[in-house]
Amino acid sequence: MTPDSFSRRRLLQSLLAASGSLILPSLHAATSPAPLITRPIPSSGEQIPVIGLGSWITFNVGRDPQARSECRDVMRQFFAGGGRMIDSSPMYGSAQDVIGEAVQAIKPPALFSADKVWISGGARGVQQIETSRKLWRVPRFDLLQVHNLLSWEEHLKTLFAMKKEGRLRYVGITTSEGRRHGEIEKIMASQPIDFVQVSYNALDREVEQRILPLARERRIGVIVNRPFRQGDLTQALAGKPLPGWAAEIGCTTWAQALLKFIVSHPAVTCAIPATSSVAHVRENLLAGTGRMPDEALRKRIAQDAERLA
Amino acid sequence: MSEWWTYTLSDFLMFSQRSYFRLIALYNEVVWPVHLLALAAGLAVIGCIARPDVRTRRIALLVLAAAWAWVGWAYHLERYADINTAGPWFALAFGVQAAMLCFMALRPHDAAPAGMQKQVALGLTGLAVIAYPLLALGSGRGWNQAEVFGIAPDPTAIATLGVLLACRAHPIAWLIPLMWCAVSGATLMELRVGHAWLLPTFAILAVAAGLLFRHSRHSPVH
Repeated sequence: MTPDSFSRRRLLQSLLAASGSLILPSLHAATSPAPLITRPIPSSGEQIPVIGLGSWITFNVGRDPQARSECRDVMRQFFAGGGRMIDSSPMYGSAQDVIGEAVQAIKPPALFSADKVWISGGARGVQQIETSRKLWRVPRFDLLQVHNLLSWEEHLKTLFAMKKEGRLRYVGITTSEGRRHGEIEKIMASQPIDFVQVSYNALDREVEQRILPLARERRIGVIVNRPFRQGDLTQALAGKPLPGWAAEIGCTTWAQALLKFIVSHPAVTCAIPATSSVAHVRENLLAGTGRMPDEALRKRIAQDAERLA
Repeated sequence: MSEWWTYTLSDFLMFSQRSYFRLIALYNEVVWPVHLLALAAGLAVIGCIARPDVRTRRIALLVLAAAWAWVGWAYHLERYADINTAGPWFALAFGVQAAMLCFMALRPHDAAPAGMQKQVALGLTGLAVIAYPLLALGSGRGWNQAEVFGIAPDPTAIATLGVLLACRAHPIAWLIPLMWCAVSGATLMELRVGHAWLLPTFAILAVAAGLLFRHSRHSPVH
């Protein structure tokens, strides 16, 4: 390549880039989805997108290089779409390491790392947290939760101490499938936790009675797991036509409608659907954009899901 | 963990059907061509049951002991533990079974099966060694996901039930293979695998045959 041809090419590239910069913003505005809605974490005011990413089952792929690469693509798409919170646990097999490998490769600037401690005994908890942190390849966790309330008294002491020392930003507790809600309520009422993680979806709505109102009252963030009943709900609704209200809130799939039902509850901070599909993560993120259902429409979504599932 | 009664099988299933069968495929790729040796060993076990005597009985039990030890280490500990936190415990159980089979091989024995008991034992072992690997093809999963006796736990457990039936083994020797059939059968059911019913069915058949022929005549060992 001669200096002349080089400079001509550079000139053409510059002109194209300049003309593109005039055109692209309007194209971008016309085609890109609305921004991902965020909610404040009640205890700090920090904004967090309403759609997160779970890792139960989907990211437990062992050493399979192809499956790991697919999980990495899912995470890449999740961050590119504005997602932040990824949730895992030492109980999820190889999921923590799969996430850590992807975090190392993608280096997401806005990752909100949410993990859990799941072991009997406080001292062993400290060791497990450090093992988990190394698997995640992060300097510190944003949120650590006591998984299924296992040894919660001891673990909460550790987590509060870590938060005080600046080695952790938020502390939480978790349950799933409606278990131990009585104990969850007692802890929410008595401990200065930042988050509670519970199962909630259009069919499993027990938390609406006491836990969600208590979370609002106590300024505790709510993370929702199993939004699709581990895929059973979307599977049951597959092939069933979406009711007319779906278009009103910009939903093209049942999965989006089910997620909008969850994240539109005023007490919910975010939902963490798990997926190993890039197409599904895109679809899930879209549910965190645009118009949300009001209370009347939320009731209709729940009724229709119950009728059709 | 409290409130155990509120947990269902699905709460303990921590991987997908795809991850499970891809793990088997990757494991098969790594250990190939050990499959050929395993198949030969499986056929030798069938031959030993067909012509029972002290020597063949001992060979069959020692082959099975090697198979349980290999599956415990190479499959459960080295592979399955990656996606199932219970993997190391399964490896331990498989090691215990291997030791028990070795112990049985060294003990003197005075009876060998005859008639229907022998036929059922041969049938179970034959199905495990010859037919079980074909399930992968039959269910459209391809050869690379075939579960082979001595390599994968399920056909190894079924073949063992056949040999234990043939050996009129002490009930304690049945415990781990039967437990594995229950655990793996439940796992496959939760994974919604079409042939999930096979393992429990074979286990029930082996136990029923063992109880039914408990007092039947047997041929003396030569």
